Amino acid sequence: MTQALTIRQLRKTYPNGLIALKGIDLDVAEGDFFALLGPNGAGKSTAIGIIASLTNKTSGSVRVFGHDLDTDQAAAKSCLGLVPQEFNFNMFEPVVEVVVNQAGYYGIPRALAFERAEQYLRELGLWDKRRVMARNLSGGMKRRLMIARALVHRPRLLILDEPTAGVDIEIRRSMWEYLRRINQQGTTIILTTHYLEEAESLCRNIAIIDDGEIIENTNMKVLLNKLHTETFVLDLREPIDAIPPLAGYRVHQVDPTTLEADISRECSLNGLFTELSRYGIEVLSMRNKSNRLEQLFLDLVDDKNSHRRKGAAE
Amino acid sequence: MTLGEKYTAFRTILIKEFLRFIRIWIQTVLPPVITTALYFVIFGNLIGSQIGDMEGYRYMDYIVPGLIMMAVITNSYANVVSSFYGSKFQRHIEEMLVSPIPNHLILSGFVAGGVARGLVVGSAVTATAFFFSDVQVHNLFVSISVVVLTSILFALAGLINGVFAKSFDDISIIPTFVLTPLTYLGGIFYTIEMLPEFWQGVSLANPILYMINAFRYGLLGVTDIDLYASYLIIIGFIAGLYWFALTLLNRGVGIRN
Repeated sequence: MTQALTIRQLRKTYPNGLIALKGIDLDVAEGDFFALLGPNGAGKSTAIGIIASLTNKTSGSVRVFGHDLDTDQAAAKSCLGLVPQEFNFNMFEPVVEVVVNQAGYYGIPRALAFERAEQYLRELGLWDKRRVMARNLSGGMKRRLMIARALVHRPRLLILDEPTAGVDIEIRRSMWEYLRRINQQGTTIILTTHYLEEAESLCRNIAIIDDGEIIENTNMKVLLNKLHTETFVLDLREPIDAIPPLAGYRVHQVDPTTLEADISRECSLNGLFTELSRYGIEVLSMRNKSNRLEQLFLDLVDDKNSHRRKGAAE
Repeated sequence: MTLGEKYTAFRTILIKEFLRFIRIWIQTVLPPVITTALYFVIFGNLIGSQIGDMEGYRYMDYIVPGLIMMAVITNSYANVVSSFYGSKFQRHIEEMLVSPIPNHLILSGFVAGGVARGLVVGSAVTATAFFFSDVQVHNLFVSISVVVLTSILFALAGLINGVFAKSFDDISIIPTFVLTPLTYLGGIFYTIEMLPEFWQGVSLANPILYMINAFRYGLLGVTDIDLYASYLIIIGFIAGLYWFALTLLNRGVGIRN
């Protein structure tokens, strides 16, 4: 399978001595929807900055669809579209010019650039705002403008660095739908996000980066299967005074009508419901206490940190 | 990128830069016209009439080339330094950095924008000058070539200033404390033959003197400086500044982490 992105031994040390990347390797296959997760300061944005030629690397190699960023830079850049974390367009330009100018930088003639700008601005619900100065757009519109701008040269690989930060839930969902659609049409997507629900919903493969190292790189389903225990919140129809003995289940009471149950992969929810019914306790509704990926993410990062502390102590 | 794509990319930067200063013409084009008109009224008409002729020309006519050149120098520089620093400050320089445009085209695009503003303002000031003076063009080729080359030179200098600038203060220090004094001492209002010998020698170290005199030759046919020396100095500076600016962009100074 063709690799959309191949990173080998990528290192970055900033002039102040901070080591942001400690020699990471990463492969993203063509057509993938890939999540790159990590806590703040883990090295995600540095890695994206290097891939997008906004940050100089210290060593290592980056190839975009086989084009080396050092030796075949123009071809590599032509394959790549970037939606950065911060707004980085000219606030004093009309919306349509932001998109048309970006097309021009890729050598797309102005007439064709206007056609494409219309297509993407319409698809992202910004066509009516095309003559508005970019600074006058709302936060969600600015995010969508950056997506339109990144797509105008039709990149094969689209990198989105927290594209839905600060966007309301309705627009976020519509952006997810849009990203799913362009992925189905063949664009490879790499996504970083702090909304782990977003990564779980959209992405097929995932890498977790922490302290400049990749600590997990696998298929999303495989990763989620590693979750040994999930916590469910149960809302009860009638209040109860105390929890009856429930063999094999760890359940605790939050308030008279709410229980929290830790369910391991070996146990079934049916058994818990049977036990509760036996005592006349009726469950009205149930939900996950936290996102599954969020739980795994925290487990993995905590594991890494405890190993590090242990190593330091030794 | 093919040659056609590179041309499109260059043209895009030029159009973007042109629209940027035309959109705010009240801030960019009008003030130099008003300032120059005031110079003509005060120095040319009121004071100039007391001074008499200079190198065979009315004082009003004698200062025309210098005032046009001052507008060209100031505006070419100001356009690029403010545009480049603004693009760093708002981070939309990243739009170009992620694209396949080679650095020499980014440099050329910004410089072309600076030249465009220099020429637009220079033309507006020249049109204003015709209201006050009877200047005839002595040598059109020299006039145009000197204006364009000088404009390129100061657009390059503005870009270098923009690369190093870390705040809005940094983009006004050089124009205020270096460019303006050098321009005023570059022979706009006088011939260096009026100066004592020592100060004539010092004046020769001022590159702007060569540009103003070459342009004065183009318009009036008189100059304190050999024309070929002027071209040599201007082209030499352009080559040096172009190399330096391109090296800075290639290394990512001030624009890449």
